[in-house]
Amino acid sequence: MDAKAARRGLHPGKALADARAMIPDLAVIRANAAADAKLLEAIADWCERYTPLVALDSPDGLFLDITGAAHLFGGEEAMAKEIHHAISAQGFAVCLALAGTAEAARALARYAPGAIVAQSGEAEAVAHLPTEALNADPYIIHALRRAGLRTIAQVAARKRHELAARFGGDFITLLDCTLGRGGKPIAPRTPLPDLMAERRFAEPVVMEDVIAETILSLGKSLASVLENRGEGARVLEAAFFRADGEMRRIAIQTARPTRDAAIIARLFREKLDALPDPLDPGFGFDLIRLSANLAQGLQAETAGLDTNVFDAEVELLVDRLAARFGAHRVMRFQPQDTHIPEAASVAVPAQHYESSKSPWRKQRSASEAPRRPLRLFANPEPVEMLAQMPDGPPLRFRWRRALHHVVCAEGPERIAMEWWRRQEPTRDYFRVEDERGRRFWLYRDGIPREMAHPRWYVHGLFA
Amino acid sequence: MQAAIKACFSGLLEGTAEAARAPLGHAPADACLGGGLRLASLHEVFSEGGSEAAASGFALALALRALDRRKWLMWVRQDFSALENGEIHGSGLLELGIDPGGVLMVRAPDALAVLRAGAEGLACKGVGAVIIEAWGKSRVFDLAASRRLTLAAQRYGVTVIALRFGAEPEPSAAETRWLVKAAPSHTEDWGAPIFDAALTRNRHGGCGHWVMEWDCNNGTFSETHSGALAAAPFDRPAATAVEGLRQAG
Repeated sequence: MDAKAARRGLHPGKALADARAMIPDLAVIRANAAADAKLLEAIADWCERYTPLVALDSPDGLFLDITGAAHLFGGEEAMAKEIHHAISAQGFAVCLALAGTAEAARALARYAPGAIVAQSGEAEAVAHLPTEALNADPYIIHALRRAGLRTIAQVAARKRHELAARFGGDFITLLDCTLGRGGKPIAPRTPLPDLMAERRFAEPVVMEDVIAETILSLGKSLASVLENRGEGARVLEAAFFRADGEMRRIAIQTARPTRDAAIIARLFREKLDALPDPLDPGFGFDLIRLSANLAQGLQAETAGLDTNVFDAEVELLVDRLAARFGAHRVMRFQPQDTHIPEAASVAVPAQHYESSKSPWRKQRSASEAPRRPLRLFANPEPVEMLAQMPDGPPLRFRWRRALHHVVCAEGPERIAMEWWRRQEPTRDYFRVEDERGRRFWLYRDGIPREMAHPRWYVHGLFA
Repeated sequence: MQAAIKACFSGLLEGTAEAARAPLGHAPADACLGGGLRLASLHEVFSEGGSEAAASGFALALALRALDRRKWLMWVRQDFSALENGEIHGSGLLELGIDPGGVLMVRAPDALAVLRAGAEGLACKGVGAVIIEAWGKSRVFDLAASRRLTLAAQRYGVTVIALRFGAEPEPSAAETRWLVKAAPSHTEDWGAPIFDAALTRNRHGGCGHWVMEWDCNNGTFSETHSGALAAAPFDRPAATAVEGLRQAG
């Protein structure tokens, strides 16, 4: 509902037929709650340029907690004016109020827009507002009106215990908050970062190297704070606020807490280079913010004698590669305490690698050939068994349309599945070599005692 | 480290000083290579159709010979190659004689990403050898790319093994080129990694064709007991080696 529609006598809740009768050329658009919610989210993103603490008041409101942020914009009044102006400029109708508690600000924004309440002046400011301004259930508002209480001041004048007995304790809390006594913190959309640094530009920036330079200098200012606190960050997020209202967040992760601005800047450069949909500056960014999350203790380390140097270098490499290709593409091998072949060694993202207690265990004795293949298929591939010894190794099989004659075979190595996890047949593994020297790791899925016609699979290939 | 520095310097002073080499342990091959595998340079390993696993093992073995064991081995593989030939398995690495804890696997979506990740790894001081594994013919693996890899390998003192499947050799700046297929085991005591390896190109020496066995315990190549296979011809063109059937897969 905008002002123009209201002037013509429309209001929410009016039947469509009535509205059409009043205004014959009425254009009707079906309400799209999902699109509205998305739009509200986008505006909330945009509002993060004023404060990182933005909460949604669905379907059509936003809370901004500007505690400690107002002076950056020249005081509360100037800030309110700027926000109002900036959002109006994007074509939205804005009702805005500023008060000591979220509830008071909400009531004022909706019923007395433009109000800026001085310190502890909430009770006075909301006194004359109608009871609807309280963010309470409709039935409570209805009951209040039936009792003849039309303004918040009248409600506030009643005795507490009467109201509590009639409407419950929550209503008392709500009333207190609206009157500026007490007050709950808002629930921000994104958790507050541990640290952040930002830079505003009078002239929106588009140049890549200016952006990189900005990230480097923001990184430096974060680094000095982190250093004073003896911490390093593991997750860093850069938020790019476009002059035309778009906002994009880009995050990087590190394997170890870091506070080296050069490393941070390099990781962001890698990440920005490798984005599938590149960062589009449009008409330019007017604010870039770098925030550090997951700050962890980081002690200045003494350099190790030799090996540590290499490991530390590789950790940096891992971070760079993860920023470019994604953490799931940079892996390390981790031994697991299990006898299931494919689970005995798993590849885990190197950034999240934790040295495990179970050691690597060789399967072969010193005089034996390898008993585990170098290459293992993620999904064992079925083979067509053409001839086999009864209950023994295969003699001839077809895999990927090619025929293989088995020359040597060794097995079975019987591996029972972990019955306490899931019911799966026991596998009999055979190492076989074909006439051309290719070595396969085959298994029969199920032993003849368990099933009539067990299937055969190739699970891996030996070097 | 010392070896790396030495390799770095010898790379810069190529022609005046002898480059650092790592002996493979297989006497005829070492003799042909002038003492061993040249460090801090690019080596190519091509696979015959159906012998991809053997070629992987051979590439790993070359990398292990060149690797300073305090440093890391980085293995970059293309997604499609893992689909076709299987993922590299940690237990399998251990069985071949390398601690999987010192291996960094990078899963690259395509050939270009393989090259990029490989180049990134080359520049890292903690990496001693890089295996870049790619599948199929790709225009990104051209002469210029191999020159860049060679220069980077020299500069950082890192040995690079390019493991190529489903592709045919093209002109490149590589130091050596190997065409590898699986070799049949000797019947008693079978199963050890044995490679039928043809050295089809060698910038600083002749070519050759040997059957080489990898000794998993000592981390070195050795000559096999059955020398008869070594007499196979080595000057046959590479193209005939690739089976049509496997290429279609």
